[in-house]
Amino acid sequence: MTKPTAPSSPGKASPPAGPAAPKKTGSSPTSGRHKYGDLARRGADGKRVQTAPGGEGRSGSLLVMESADGAARTLASTGRLSWGLPFGRAHGRGGLSPSGRLLVQRNLDPQATALLLRKRWALYSVTPLYKFSSAHLKAYAKLLSAYIAAEKQKGVAVEVGVELDIKVAISSLPDLKGSDQDEAAVLVQLSLRSQASQKKSEEKLVWSGWFCSVCGDDLSKNMPADFTCLPVFLANGAESYTSIVGSWFQKTFDCCFHRLAISPLSLSWMAAMWTGCKLEENASAMELVFSVPNLPQSLDISYAIHAEDAKALWDTVQKTPGEVTQEEVDVFMDCLYSHFHRHFKIHLSATKLVKVSTAVASAHCDGIIKFLQSKHVIEVLMLLTELAISQIQ
Amino acid sequence: MAVLRPFDKLPVLNSATLLLVGSDEGLQQELAKAMLQEKKSFKISIHLATSLPLPSEGDHLRPRIDLIVFMIDIKSKYSLKNVEASLAHVAASFFLGKVCFLVTGVGRVNYCSVEMSSIWKLGEVYCSPVLYCELELERIRVATAQRLLRMLQICAGHVPGVSALTFNFMLRNSY
Repeated sequence: MTKPTAPSSPGKASPPAGPAAPKKTGSSPTSGRHKYGDLARRGADGKRVQTAPGGEGRSGSLLVMESADGAARTLASTGRLSWGLPFGRAHGRGGLSPSGRLLVQRNLDPQATALLLRKRWALYSVTPLYKFSSAHLKAYAKLLSAYIAAEKQKGVAVEVGVELDIKVAISSLPDLKGSDQDEAAVLVQLSLRSQASQKKSEEKLVWSGWFCSVCGDDLSKNMPADFTCLPVFLANGAESYTSIVGSWFQKTFDCCFHRLAISPLSLSWMAAMWTGCKLEENASAMELVFSVPNLPQSLDISYAIHAEDAKALWDTVQKTPGEVTQEEVDVFMDCLYSHFHRHFKIHLSATKLVKVSTAVASAHCDGIIKFLQSKHVIEVLMLLTELAISQIQ
Repeated sequence: MAVLRPFDKLPVLNSATLLLVGSDEGLQQELAKAMLQEKKSFKISIHLATSLPLPSEGDHLRPRIDLIVFMIDIKSKYSLKNVEASLAHVAASFFLGKVCFLVTGVGRVNYCSVEMSSIWKLGEVYCSPVLYCELELERIRVATAQRLLRMLQICAGHVPGVSALTFNFMLRNSY
């Protein structure tokens, strides 16, 4: 008869082999009835097919909890920390995950909040800018507006017909950084002003883009003094303006813009980390969208889970608060996949995860992000900075 | 006999048999075709399977298997799980140089759903080489077919002086 013994020496890394049940937080499971949230599957012709929601009420998803227990017990005892990057940089950041390094949660002022939230931002990674100085922002704005006017004269027109004036404003956002070594974020805004009226209130914002860097120490620590490191660029607005502004920056500061795509591995990390954030009331459901390859007609599968259920599942999987390991992310996603398989007999692990949408933010694999909560913007930016730096290096 | 054993059948003169195990059948067919088109001095037969164990009905007709190649698609976590489940049905003596892991789809880094460290760990735990390829590109497909053909030739014993175990040792020490 074997007795489970606690490890006597503090140096041992493996947990006791006895069947310790992980803590079940969240709601108490109701008897027998389980709820898998609101599942909808989009058919091949685009119509949304709604499967029966199976009753209201928050149950702890009894079946899902069971699989979490079973899977959690078979975890390997050494969890190697690595954040989402498949090749190279697999050894993480010396023991702490990105969420473990967050120093202070800064609350953004309402003006910045209105600028950032609820807009679809296209992501680019930017190599360091040469001889960029934040003291000359007004001069840069003048140069950029002259460049845009010149492009319009050349015939690379963005508006056809009415003569419209593009006004450029470049400003600095000092709140959007992680530590003091980071550069302050730089915001570029393009607004339309019709020449007929000179009133300032007639300006309409048509395009905005901003550079930022949150905890980008890996890139900036070895940089010579003339270079400014702002590896993440987010753009919202017409693609034509993005290319004009991008080409001006590339010519003036000798940098390179690359579209930043997010791999399914990184998306599953984001899903796990954002589910672990503290829940607000009326949090929207967590939604995962998968695209099925190798079919004559493309098929998209959308899998939505109630935020409380997802958080309850993540709480049973995560061992140390503030640290996230690759094994925990794998177990979390495997639980969701096996739950889906049990009901629909479809292996989601053979499909490609293309979009993750939680109450905190939503990310698409083509490099499109949307911030939904202002207090988690810095954390999301930290993940994006790390992705951008890995693409640059 | 649910478990594959390396030496439970007699070899056939001047021929070798390869078993490809992987969840993507289309890719397996393409790789098999590329291998069959290569010039070789011995007869080869390629068996395709989506998972192990192999069905026991054809067991007496199947020749001795000289090399097992497990195909893992980096875009699909399901293929990794499939391979991990199939590894249990292979006898331990196969892993002395007669097993190899082939990771496909490495050309598209942005589609990657499988962590590389789990594949490296698999190669270390099972003491077998891990090869990387992108089967959608014809050049690399032909090169991979040539590599596998050479490995098959060694594992079937057609190269005097080099055994499967020696070759495995040389491959692993070059990492």
